[in-house]
Amino acid sequence: MITGLKLRKRDEPWKWGALVVFLGALLISLVASGLLLAGQGKDAFEGFRILWEGSFGHVWALEGALLKSIPIFLCSLGVAVTFRMQIWNIGAEGQFALGAIGATWMALSFPDLPIYLLLPLMFFMAFVLGGLWAAIPGALRIKLKVNEIISTLMLNYIAILLLDYLVFGVWKDPTSFGFPMTAEFSPNATIPAFGATKLHWGILVCVLVGVIFWAFMRYTRLGYELKASGQGPRVARYAGMPYGFLVMFVMCVSGGLAGIAGCVETSGVVGRLQPSIMVGYGYTAIVVAWLARLEPLNIAFASFLLAALRVGVENLQLEMQIPAAFGEIMEGMILLSVLAGQFLLAYKLERRTRSE
Amino acid sequence: MQELIVPLLNATVQSGTPILFATLGEMMTEKGGVLNLGVEGILSFSALAAFVTGYTTGCPWLGFVMGGFAGLLLAMVHGFVCISCLGNQVVSGLALTILGLGLTRFLGTPYIGLATTGFEKEALPFFSSIPFLGDIFFRQDALVYVSYLIPVLFWFFFRRTSLGMAVTATGEYPAAAAAAGLKPVLLRYFAVAMGGFLIGLGGAYLSLAYTHLWTNGLSGGRGWIAVALVIFAFWRPGRAVLGAYLFGGVMAFQLRLQASGTNVPSSILLSLPYALTIIALVFSAWKRKHSDMPAALGTNIEPEG
Repeated sequence: MITGLKLRKRDEPWKWGALVVFLGALLISLVASGLLLAGQGKDAFEGFRILWEGSFGHVWALEGALLKSIPIFLCSLGVAVTFRMQIWNIGAEGQFALGAIGATWMALSFPDLPIYLLLPLMFFMAFVLGGLWAAIPGALRIKLKVNEIISTLMLNYIAILLLDYLVFGVWKDPTSFGFPMTAEFSPNATIPAFGATKLHWGILVCVLVGVIFWAFMRYTRLGYELKASGQGPRVARYAGMPYGFLVMFVMCVSGGLAGIAGCVETSGVVGRLQPSIMVGYGYTAIVVAWLARLEPLNIAFASFLLAALRVGVENLQLEMQIPAAFGEIMEGMILLSVLAGQFLLAYKLERRTRSE
Repeated sequence: MQELIVPLLNATVQSGTPILFATLGEMMTEKGGVLNLGVEGILSFSALAAFVTGYTTGCPWLGFVMGGFAGLLLAMVHGFVCISCLGNQVVSGLALTILGLGLTRFLGTPYIGLATTGFEKEALPFFSSIPFLGDIFFRQDALVYVSYLIPVLFWFFFRRTSLGMAVTATGEYPAAAAAAGLKPVLLRYFAVAMGGFLIGLGGAYLSLAYTHLWTNGLSGGRGWIAVALVIFAFWRPGRAVLGAYLFGGVMAFQLRLQASGTNVPSSILLSLPYALTIIALVFSAWKRKHSDMPAALGTNIEPEG
């Protein structure tokens, strides 16, 4: 006789659990967003067909997804390292902006430098400014225990306003007819594209950063300490690890990576600094990091997936006049369902019989 | 001088009111032991729900209440993920913000630029004739008068009712609360729901009283400021009032300075509230000893078995 459901902690991990939960979450969000489309009087099935076609159905879709996955991957990798240490850097968006500012600063100051000097200089400055922007909440956290979630978020708002200040003011292109944008970068300050495609060499930066990251975590003492201190400050201090230093290190690297993402986007895609480069990659990066369970290889995969979703939503916007916010709704729903579903990885629902 | 100060303080109260609702809502949630970082999403979604209701029915009061229920509904999603499914509270709240902002922009698009009647300022008889204070506090809209009651009720609820004390116990030490025969899971749901309702009222204030127009980005970071203010207020309603009006003041001042056509670039003025939030956090971190932070804040209740 079944009288209800009972919870039991799993004795051994559920082998395919993570994948099942992920696919289940995807399904739930598809159904919910389909209902949302239907509620707006649109044909949901047609909508999903267009979404699929825009995400994976064409060469241009794959090209667009790869292009968008570059900044998402870079931001997410950095965010994931901080999450592993239970430091919540929600500031990738602002650090991305600072990176874009740093790169633009160099591009506008030394437009005539040869490309093999100017591009590295732009990357360097993007890394430094992004890292410094993240160092502020890092220092406040370890010195005063200021909540880094709020401080990184507030710095996002401030960074975007700083970007606005620059493009509306001192860096404004006098020939832009009043539009808030800098002058176009010289060819020396532009990351070249592969042949006739839009895809640029910045994608190699991702591969490079990914490999360095992997090797660093695996083969260096610092990487080992980072992994170990993921258990929290007390464990780290108990094991004699310099927790404060590790937090600062992780925040600077995380901010630096987001900064590089900002450089890649300004130099490789837009070719100038303008407010429209801020499209929320820093927030998507948080979704990606968590969906990927903070694992680098998964992050690459999840970045591509959510980048593809963004491209698909653009297609949906074009063909069915669906607001771009549809993508955010799906991101939020996927993440919430995954969070809810992870419960099933630790617990089992069993039928309770009367005899118990 | 009086002609400058009084309107500024009057505007301070008005722009502090949505922050006050949101801060007390988040404080209510956290008192039960649940951190809800979805405030920004809830605030914007409930502003839309309130606006749409007010616009279609022509009854602003109905809109106000619907804003509260929209906030409650969204907060319950967070409650389900964290309380029943033991999801990470930080990440769930962030996801809720992404979802809430997305829903607002998605569903709100057809309403952009439309206006509704909403609440107008009306002087409260007798009180408004109090010199100085009357002009600041009692020449406001009806929702501001409602907001004066909330901190008092909040204080009364937590200090004088057994339900309030049970919620506090759940936020402090859920295992002990359970041992004492309370139901921590239900109490947490209650705190999350009530908190969401209050945050929703704050959202409704934004679209029905602060402006009567629908535009995107109405919440403008106020949700995050509210989360920070809970820390700044040390989880005490009195200090929340202080904090909310402080931020309301900065926002009102910033707007007036912009309107007066000053030379200071607008982006610097606009970043004032965000910079002040960080300063407020530093300040409260520095005086942390006297905080009433719930001991179990952010920790989920593991089921037995």
